[in-house]
Amino acid sequence: MTTQQGNRFFFNVDWITILLYVALCSIGFVNIYASIFNESVANEFSFAAKYGKQLIYIITALILGFSILLLDAKFFSVFSPIVYGLTMLLLVAVLVVGRKVAGNQAWIPLGSFRLQPSELAKFGTALLIARYVSTFNPKFRDVKSIFFAAVIVGIPLFLILLQPDMGSALVFLSFMFPLYREGLSGYFLLIFLGMIVLFIADFLVPAQILIPLILAIGGLFIYQNRRKHKVMISCIIVTVIAVAYLFLVKATYERLLEPHQRTRIEIMLGLKTDPKGAGYNVIQSKIAIGSGQLTGRGFLEGTQTKYGYVPEQSTDFIFSTIGEEWGFVGCFTVITLYLFLLLRIINLAERQRSTFSRVYGYCVASILFFHVFINIGMTIGIIPVIGIPLPFISYGGSSLWSFTVLLFIFLKLDSNRMGFI
Amino acid sequence: MDNLFNRKYIIQGLFIVVGLILLGTLFYIQVASDKYFLSAESNVLRKLYTFPARGVILDRNDKVLVQNEPVYDLMVIPNQVKEFDTLSLINIIGIDMKRFKKSFNKATVQSRYQPSIFEKQLSVQVYASLSEQLSRFPGFFVQSRTVRYYPDSAAGHFFGYVKEVSKKDIEQSDGYYRPGDYIGKAGVEKQYNDVLRGEKGIINMLYDAHNVPKGSYAEGKFDTLARSGEKVVSSLDFRIQKLGEQLMKNKVGSIVAIEPATGEILAFVSSPGYDPNLMVGRQQGNNYMDLINQEKNPNRVFTVRPIQGYYSPGSSFKPLDALLGLQEGVIDPNTTFNCPGYYMAGNHKVKCEHVDGNIALRKGLARSCNTYALYVFQRLMQQKKFKNQRVAYDEWQQRVSKFGLGQKLGVDLPAERPGNLYTSDHYNKKYGNRWGYTTVISLGIGQGEMDATPLQMANIMAIIANRGYYVKPHLIKAIGENKVIKKEYARKNYVGVDARHFEPVIDGMQDAVNAPWGTARQSAIDNILMCGKTGTVQNPRGKNHSVFIGFAPRDNPKIAIAVIVENAGYGSTYAAPIASYIAEKYLKDSIAVNKRAGVEWMKKQVILPEPKKPKLKVKPILTDSLKKDSAQKTLSPVKILPAPAHVPITAPATVKTGISTVKPITPTK
Ligand SMILES: [Zn+2]
Repeated sequence: MTTQQGNRFFFNVDWITILLYVALCSIGFVNIYASIFNESVANEFSFAAKYGKQLIYIITALILGFSILLLDAKFFSVFSPIVYGLTMLLLVAVLVVGRKVAGNQAWIPLGSFRLQPSELAKFGTALLIARYVSTFNPKFRDVKSIFFAAVIVGIPLFLILLQPDMGSALVFLSFMFPLYREGLSGYFLLIFLGMIVLFIADFLVPAQILIPLILAIGGLFIYQNRRKHKVMISCIIVTVIAVAYLFLVKATYERLLEPHQRTRIEIMLGLKTDPKGAGYNVIQSKIAIGSGQLTGRGFLEGTQTKYGYVPEQSTDFIFSTIGEEWGFVGCFTVITLYLFLLLRIINLAERQRSTFSRVYGYCVASILFFHVFINIGMTIGIIPVIGIPLPFISYGGSSLWSFTVLLFIFLKLDSNRMGFI
Repeated sequence: MDNLFNRKYIIQGLFIVVGLILLGTLFYIQVASDKYFLSAESNVLRKLYTFPARGVILDRNDKVLVQNEPVYDLMVIPNQVKEFDTLSLINIIGIDMKRFKKSFNKATVQSRYQPSIFEKQLSVQVYASLSEQLSRFPGFFVQSRTVRYYPDSAAGHFFGYVKEVSKKDIEQSDGYYRPGDYIGKAGVEKQYNDVLRGEKGIINMLYDAHNVPKGSYAEGKFDTLARSGEKVVSSLDFRIQKLGEQLMKNKVGSIVAIEPATGEILAFVSSPGYDPNLMVGRQQGNNYMDLINQEKNPNRVFTVRPIQGYYSPGSSFKPLDALLGLQEGVIDPNTTFNCPGYYMAGNHKVKCEHVDGNIALRKGLARSCNTYALYVFQRLMQQKKFKNQRVAYDEWQQRVSKFGLGQKLGVDLPAERPGNLYTSDHYNKKYGNRWGYTTVISLGIGQGEMDATPLQMANIMAIIANRGYYVKPHLIKAIGENKVIKKEYARKNYVGVDARHFEPVIDGMQDAVNAPWGTARQSAIDNILMCGKTGTVQNPRGKNHSVFIGFAPRDNPKIAIAVIVENAGYGSTYAAPIASYIAEKYLKDSIAVNKRAGVEWMKKQVILPEPKKPKLKVKPILTDSLKKDSAQKTLSPVKILPAPAHVPITAPATVKTGISTVKPITPTK
């Protein structure tokens, strides 16, 4: 035990995960360099350029990560309500202070650094969910425990929606996976899936066809289960909710969404093509990725990248640089690295003795999964443009640090898995 | 381990499935489809063009007929335009605000990122003042290209013109032409457009998203230099071309002169003509509208009469009768017929201008005796070796068409027309089997249902001058530095009449010009034996057309010529002297002093059809009454009555039967 304690850095920390982390950060640095690279300007290495800054961010992120490893593992469980409370305060603060910063309500300026509370809220929420599950051991079979979990996730989600930052808010849906793992009924996942399907159908199928169709399917189920009263009643409820949901979506869509968000959804669904307008990013990003073909155009050879055809390329659209310059091979590598990382975190989570660590691990994997899926999905046009970064790869200190903190807390918990929290 | 542990696999499975969906989509857009790759290319690649000078056209004496002059087009790239002093720009180029907005919108619609023409063909002065201040107008630049200049202001029909490409031209050009490019639309400019246009140069440039050039694509591997158009040498002799146009001034008609041995066209006059410079430059559209305006220009300026005008060959056809008669052996040079002043086709009388008495070939041609010509035609049709006269007619038709009648000669100009010379089918349809030589007797003197273009008439003279063959007439004798010419313009086409049969015929044509009893003495030239024939073609709408065809000198001929002056009366009055001036100028380089007053007089003559009277809709030129009649008949077939059954076939139509001999055949000289 003492030997393990003394050498816990070298033996207990999961170096495979750290390796995957470093690999993804390096890929990020290389591609940020490529997306900033301008052949007509002298290219001496500069810390003022984005790639220079990103290098600093990576180094500081590593320092930050390893400092977390030095902390006491109990700290996170004990202080999780406080961390959660602080991040919620920050989310409220950003609605007040953020408004005073021109245009963007997601940031709190701290000198030259800009703090993004929605990033911090992710691990704040993850910590509190883990704490809640480990303390009360709910099986999410009762309405009460589901309600508590929903409140923990719902508060930040609601506050972030007020910014409004759809993308970051959406990520909070990822907490469904850890809850599912801890006993939440699979129906919730199915309902979630059904909501997505209905959402898309709402735009593609006219209401006068869609609603009778749903009523017909619902009626069929109700008729089949007419003898089992409980099932029949739930079928009726589901049908009613589905129809109500459809109207809600339409109403939300027409009343609450900003025009540019509407166009983004319409473009994603193929209802609108507007190459020079809102769809421009996606089209240029697809062109960039598609033109990479199997092996890519080569480092610094992508014309889409080099000549600035993809807006926001170093941040949200960094994957288009990978696609263009490294081709399918590069994309395959990156996605495989992510999959290894996600599966690894799940495996690590399952080997935890403490429920807190396991739940937190699931939270980390799920948050990363949502980011990766949504970000890459939007660069290849299968998901509407939702501005969320690609973990460890996209340019930006705030997102890199918060992902690092998120991951390294779990690594710390994992390195301490033999102990009790 | 609890029973919820298995949910780990569901979640991991979900991660893998989503990963595979992403990879599948990526595989599709990266590997399976090259659509995005091509889009990336078109994103960054811009083709910049450099325009070649169009090929120069020379005349046969290497005189430059066409030059290129630089013009300057003001171009605009709409998305590079920033706020600027609009007023000073429109003042410099001299347009109003309305036009400015219109041009700018048009350019924007065409492309926001690619250059479009803003204002075409700025004058040198405007260009000079603009170029000093161009930096004040971001997004605008000047592109130079060349336009045609025709220093002699002559031979518009020969040159044709160059015009902005149409949508159709662009579609048919395999991507070569782009909006705003120019293409030959008529005449030699059209016919030899591929040779004259040269090849545009292309520079492939890379542009970034802000449309800033980023250097050349693939180190210029795919760039090309502009290649100028080929030099083209015309067969025209501009000395006689210009003389011809001056002589035909204020007259309607054609002059075609051919060098017999080569088929090279020496003069190609279509009157009324137009200054080809009118079809150049910013006023092109307006000038064109003026030229086709029926009130300002009632005589169809754009009709290329030498190859599109239809005329009855008339007397100029008579040498062919004699040649075919000799070749077939139905006559010899001494065969004599009696001319009492008319010829009886069955019971129908065809007048001759003279009472010639007993007359043989030489004098028959010199006097242009209708009776003689028709007896020869009759003999050709009545040859025993043919089953019937309709078969004989087909044989005759075949032999005549070998002289180039009834078909396009294949001159190197667009829109040549073939003339008319029908096979027996035509008459079978019209009359059933109930027709014979008397039905078509007027063909024997070049009238009736026979039309020839001036080019075909001149070509017949070239055949006679060559004693039996012709080379396809053409206007371009050499292309490029290597002096290439199409093979078809070097080949001799024999007409199937032995050379020895030509001499007696040429004797007759020599006498027509040179003997005291000849009909074309006005075309004689001192010290040169001109051979020829006059013709007069009746015109129902006014005075007869004046025709002369001939060649000179008799031995080793250098020029064959056809002159038609519409509404000018007898051939001897206008056509014959015009032909002689042209031939004399060509052969001697100057016209004898005693004739110069005649030349000046001729230039001043105004012979135009009375305005408004003709109501021509489709065919620009209908020349004689007979043809008009037949044309009318074709239009209203119900009224055509074949010869009634009781009338013997050999007895031709009377006036009332409505066959082609309906009117007394005009005596021709
Ligand atoms: Zn006679």
